[in-house]
Amino acid sequence: MLYDALIGPFTEFEFMRRALAAVIALSLAGAPIGVFLMLRRMSLVGDAMAHAILPGAAVGFLLSGLNLFAMTAGGLIAGFAVAILAGLVARSTGLKEDASLATFYLASLALGVTIVSIKGTNIDLLHVLFGNILAMDDQTLLVVAFNATVTLLVLAVIYRPLVIESVDPLFLRTVSRAGGPAHLAFLALVVINLVNGFQALGTLLAVGLMILPAGIARFWSRDLTVMICIAVVAAAVSGYAGLVLSFQTRVASGPAIILVASALYTVSVLFGPVGGVVRQLFPGRHLEA
Amino acid sequence: MAALHFHNVTLGYDRHPAVHHLNGEVAPGALLAVIGPNGAGKSTLLRGIVGILRPLDGSIHLGGLDSRDIAYLPQSAEIDRSFPISVLDFVATGLWRGTGLFGGIGKAARDKILRAIASVGLNGFENRPIGTLSGGQMQRVLFARVLLQDARLIVLDEPFNAIDSKTTADLLALVKHWHGEGRTVLAALHDMEMVRTHFSETLVLARGPVAWGPTAEVLTPENLMVAMRMCEAFDDGAAACSADDARSRAA
Repeated sequence: MLYDALIGPFTEFEFMRRALAAVIALSLAGAPIGVFLMLRRMSLVGDAMAHAILPGAAVGFLLSGLNLFAMTAGGLIAGFAVAILAGLVARSTGLKEDASLATFYLASLALGVTIVSIKGTNIDLLHVLFGNILAMDDQTLLVVAFNATVTLLVLAVIYRPLVIESVDPLFLRTVSRAGGPAHLAFLALVVINLVNGFQALGTLLAVGLMILPAGIARFWSRDLTVMICIAVVAAAVSGYAGLVLSFQTRVASGPAIILVASALYTVSVLFGPVGGVVRQLFPGRHLEA
Repeated sequence: MAALHFHNVTLGYDRHPAVHHLNGEVAPGALLAVIGPNGAGKSTLLRGIVGILRPLDGSIHLGGLDSRDIAYLPQSAEIDRSFPISVLDFVATGLWRGTGLFGGIGKAARDKILRAIASVGLNGFENRPIGTLSGGQMQRVLFARVLLQDARLIVLDEPFNAIDSKTTADLLALVKHWHGEGRTVLAALHDMEMVRTHFSETLVLARGPVAWGPTAEVLTPENLMVAMRMCEAFDDGAAACSADDARSRAA
């Protein structure tokens, strides 16, 4: 009975196995990126970028249909264009950078939806906005896996400057010029992983599998490496449980995955040993001096 | 050869100068205090020296030193202490110039890090996250990293702010030890009594140089009053100026 509910869908159906493989690849790459987004106080920037890259991904969709490679390239171009334009407006007008980014991402979202609706159907639009991991084909799965591999390799290269730049940016600037390139590479990884999440979760929820696991990890550890591991596991568990939930209850897969992650987050907020509500309400007896 | 040479240096942000037309030299092995009211440009000057800020005008020569010979201690407010990093890992960043992007930290390097942490009195704190430290303990951690950098020019931005007297005494002893080893030490400070007692040379700054020389001659009520007035009178909407304007105003 339990086997049929939890394992059966994956042994029986190929599309479920592909979905599981995709969600694990997304977790391996997206969750560490999410941890850095959160620690660099860029969680909402990640959300804004998810919307900002839509026009580029939509142009890719317009030219090649639901081809993840074309959508990734378009998304990268749009993401950097919006980030640079928002920065330029902020610097030349005195408008705060977050306000500038907010205006650009709203315009981008509207433009992206318009572009998709010009060529595609309402189903295409729903696909782009909310994703459909159950409809993933082999080629898309390979692109997702490739993007995840590139993410992990690049993250390994920029890991050290990224950590130092996050905690003490002035110091890094005195010992190395790696801070700027590391930040740019990190932004590129954010965009790559957002586009990667398009197929599975759609524009509106792609950032969910990055930020929610990071938020979960924050309540369970004070060590960066451990946090990254917890975030990856939390994302993969959310993905697996979300797929099972979606299969058994016929709710949409993307929202199911994010809802499971949200449930794990709620448990972490309540019971996490690092700043969790229960821990604060009942701190336990203090140690001897 | 001077350890530092300022030639008509103007430093600032978005064309707004925070330090205006500074000329002068710092001798090798000097122990120089940089003082001035809040907003006088002390931190800006130090950031210019360590290469974080490029001068809007003029130049800073490092007198044969390259960037590897400089250690910089930023204000603790610039550090994100909520980031999950241990004392050991944080201090280890002081070895960046040796390790770079991929270099490992072997036993010898690890022993060096542990010795630096012990030197500032933080034995047993190696695995503590920096977010759990007090202000004074964090300042000791920053000094441990400077120790590890083993630099000939040491630049300290308000190193004794908001810390207890015991920590101040310990860290001040470290500064004097560095001075005794012949290293050049520059420190932005607020405590006039400390400057008078321990620092042989002082630069009084107020968005521009007010006075620079032996502390006993420079640290006068008149100079401090001038510095205060210059900072208060500074006009952010002022027109662009040149070194000639500055010279004519000085005359």
